[in-house]
Amino acid sequence: MADSRPVTLDLEGLQRLIDVLGEQGFTVLGPTVRSGAVVPGRVGSVADLPRGWGDRQEPGSYRLRRRDDDALFGYAADAIGWKAVLFPARELMWSGSVGPDGFDVRPGPGPSTYGEPPYAVLGIRSCDLHAVAVHDRVLAERTYADPHYAERRRDAFLVTVVCGDPSGTCFCVSMGTGPRADAGYDLALTELLDGQHRFLARAGSARGEAVLAAVDTRPAEDRDEEESEQVVAHAVAHMGRAMDTTGLRDLLYDNAEHPRWDDVASRCLSCGNCTMVCPTCFCTSVEEHTSLSGHDTEHWRIWDSCFTTDFSYLHGGSVRTSPRSRYRQWMTHKLAAWIDQFGTSGCVGCGRCLTSCPVGIDITEEVAAIRAAPGPRKEDAHATGR
Amino acid sequence: MPAESGTTLLPPAPAGDPMVPRPVRVESVRRETRDTVTMDLRALDGEGLVFAPGQFTMLQAFGVGEVPISISGDPARPDLLTHTVRDVGGVTGSLCRVEPGDLLGVRGAFGRGWGVEDGRGGDVVVVAGGIGLAPLRPVVLAVLAERAAYGRVSVLYGARSPAEMLFTDELDTWTAAGLDVHVIVDVADRSWTGRVGVVTELLPDAAFDPDRTLGLVCGPELMMRYAAAALTDRGVEPGRVRVSVERNMRCGIGLCGHCQLRGHLVCVDGPVFELDRIGPLLTVREL
Ligand SMILES: Cc1cc2nc3c(=O)[nH]c(=O)nc-3n(C[C@H](O)[C@H](O)[C@H](O)COP(=O)(O)OP(=O)(O)OC[C@H]3O[C@@H](n4cnc5c(N)ncnc54)[C@H](O)[C@@H]3O)c2cc1C
Ligand code: SF4
Ligand code: SF4
Repeated sequence: MADSRPVTLDLEGLQRLIDVLGEQGFTVLGPTVRSGAVVPGRVGSVADLPRGWGDRQEPGSYRLRRRDDDALFGYAADAIGWKAVLFPARELMWSGSVGPDGFDVRPGPGPSTYGEPPYAVLGIRSCDLHAVAVHDRVLAERTYADPHYAERRRDAFLVTVVCGDPSGTCFCVSMGTGPRADAGYDLALTELLDGQHRFLARAGSARGEAVLAAVDTRPAEDRDEEESEQVVAHAVAHMGRAMDTTGLRDLLYDNAEHPRWDDVASRCLSCGNCTMVCPTCFCTSVEEHTSLSGHDTEHWRIWDSCFTTDFSYLHGGSVRTSPRSRYRQWMTHKLAAWIDQFGTSGCVGCGRCLTSCPVGIDITEEVAAIRAAPGPRKEDAHATGR
Repeated sequence: MPAESGTTLLPPAPAGDPMVPRPVRVESVRRETRDTVTMDLRALDGEGLVFAPGQFTMLQAFGVGEVPISISGDPARPDLLTHTVRDVGGVTGSLCRVEPGDLLGVRGAFGRGWGVEDGRGGDVVVVAGGIGLAPLRPVVLAVLAERAAYGRVSVLYGARSPAEMLFTDELDTWTAAGLDVHVIVDVADRSWTGRVGVVTELLPDAAFDPDRTLGLVCGPELMMRYAAAALTDRGVEPGRVRVSVERNMRCGIGLCGHCQLRGHLVCVDGPVFELDRIGPLLTVREL
């Protein structure tokens, strides 16, 4: 639907927004400061938000820093992201008990660490909103869907906040995924810090409009809109990095044997941090939990990582035994195979894999290195079956 | 509502949660070899499982785990689900120890099958190595059900030793029904009077017209590469040579990510692939 007219709301309006969402039955989640990082948490009031906190992110490093203003959303991408809210790291698929004449199977899901759905997510960045769209594509819009994801997703209320102060690892602009979302949200806010602390707000859905109508707002003035454009322009100008995505799929397929994979493999620890924090990584495994009697069993789905050797295990050994092949799999999947599989890149430029990598491996730098000295084009390297 | 049997189309996803298994009861168990058994299963809810040759299920040993296993039964008998399992580890080991009356869980049928019907009106060459004959048995049964629709049909089967051959009592039936069956073993024993060597050595024995032949190959990946190359060397078009690729699978429905092979998710885009779609990818190490 077309966006409604923009309005502004002040801090009391923001509090009212949180209250209205709570009254409508949502578990309201937003950015909170915990263990020295901005992470998703339960939010009951404006006071729970990270007022005055910013961050400094570089490959291999994350630090909170004090801002010289009272911004509530003055950090870049939060440290661990929102993935686990709609797609929990552990989920009960089903449980069951065996009896003499049958097997009783009870479908999941189990409880979530984020409280009961439906969730309202306050402060999701444009990069992460794009990641939700990628997950919709992967988990909900194919022949077989993950019904638990689809249900949580359908009911979720998403409030995006424009990223005004990106970090050293951000590159959403080059991925076409930020810093301002143009679709996929119920409400979009821009935090304005000139003069009175306020938010420019737009509804992106009928639900969003209804929620806004229950909050004290004023029609936006020209200067609010101008200031909002300034916030976006500032963010664009302060992107930490960029990735050139021109012909990237073919470039990576052609260069499956590039010496750079050995180079990155000599640094990569195969720790899997990058896959855990990446908002689009979706690979999972299953665990069987069985009572000692063997009568009761639970079937849990857990996040998995392509950096483990078990991931590709077949009777007789793993397909990808070397770290080289596993890093190649991760990066080539993300930036190339993803396009064949799901019609979209698997990278939204959030920068988390750089920030969380203990040895500071930078996906933008790895792409640039291969681009700088590519191998020859291979005709049949593009056989993907589409 | 599964697809008609004998089509390569994916059946539409069943209603409900695709991760929750249906209980089935073991009706009978036959020991094929030292480490391999064939079992017939019947769904507790009485509803049959329509499948296309080459499709697989996720078979659940309750409380132990779930693994992908090809359907080795007759596509004309959806009421009876047949699997042939080789004991290589935790889950398959416990599957191989089932007895009539035991309960297992099943999800599926999943994946793209052989599309054997594409071979109608022409010759068919089936090349199998080891347990690879299991997913090809439904092809043979489908062809036998419609023998007149096909031209010359060869089954080339290689096993490690005579004791490790599957479906031994059936191989003669297949010959009697007009199939050209050839077997070979890597290592002979005293009783063996047949050929010794690798399965690709049987290919010169098979009579077929390359221009109208469908080649279907299943076995260890290296064997499949050689057998597929031998077929194309004989002049069969790469698009008419099909192989069944094995990868680790945790869900069978394209959601877990384990079975990726570059742009493919083997469980939904395969496991059966035309050689021209997959051949180059099988030669990149550790892809
Ligand atoms: C499409 C398809 C069809 C198959 N059809 C048959 C068949 O008809 N008969 C048969 O005997 N075997 C078949 N297999 C192989 C069978 O799935 C494996 O032997 C089985 O998964 C091994 O599990 P395990 O727990 O017994 O072994 P372990 O070695 O204990 O395995 C440990 C874990 O690794 C995973 N794993 C190990 N090997 C494989 C493998 N080859 N494929 C997928 N995951 C694996 C399993 O998920 C398992 O949980 C098929 C595999 C695929 C992909
Ligand atoms: S690959 Fe890295 S930058 Fe891209 S979306 Fe994943 S975590 Fe973010
Ligand atoms: S790239 Fe970095 S975060 Fe990812 S597995 Fe390697 S060392 Fe760990």
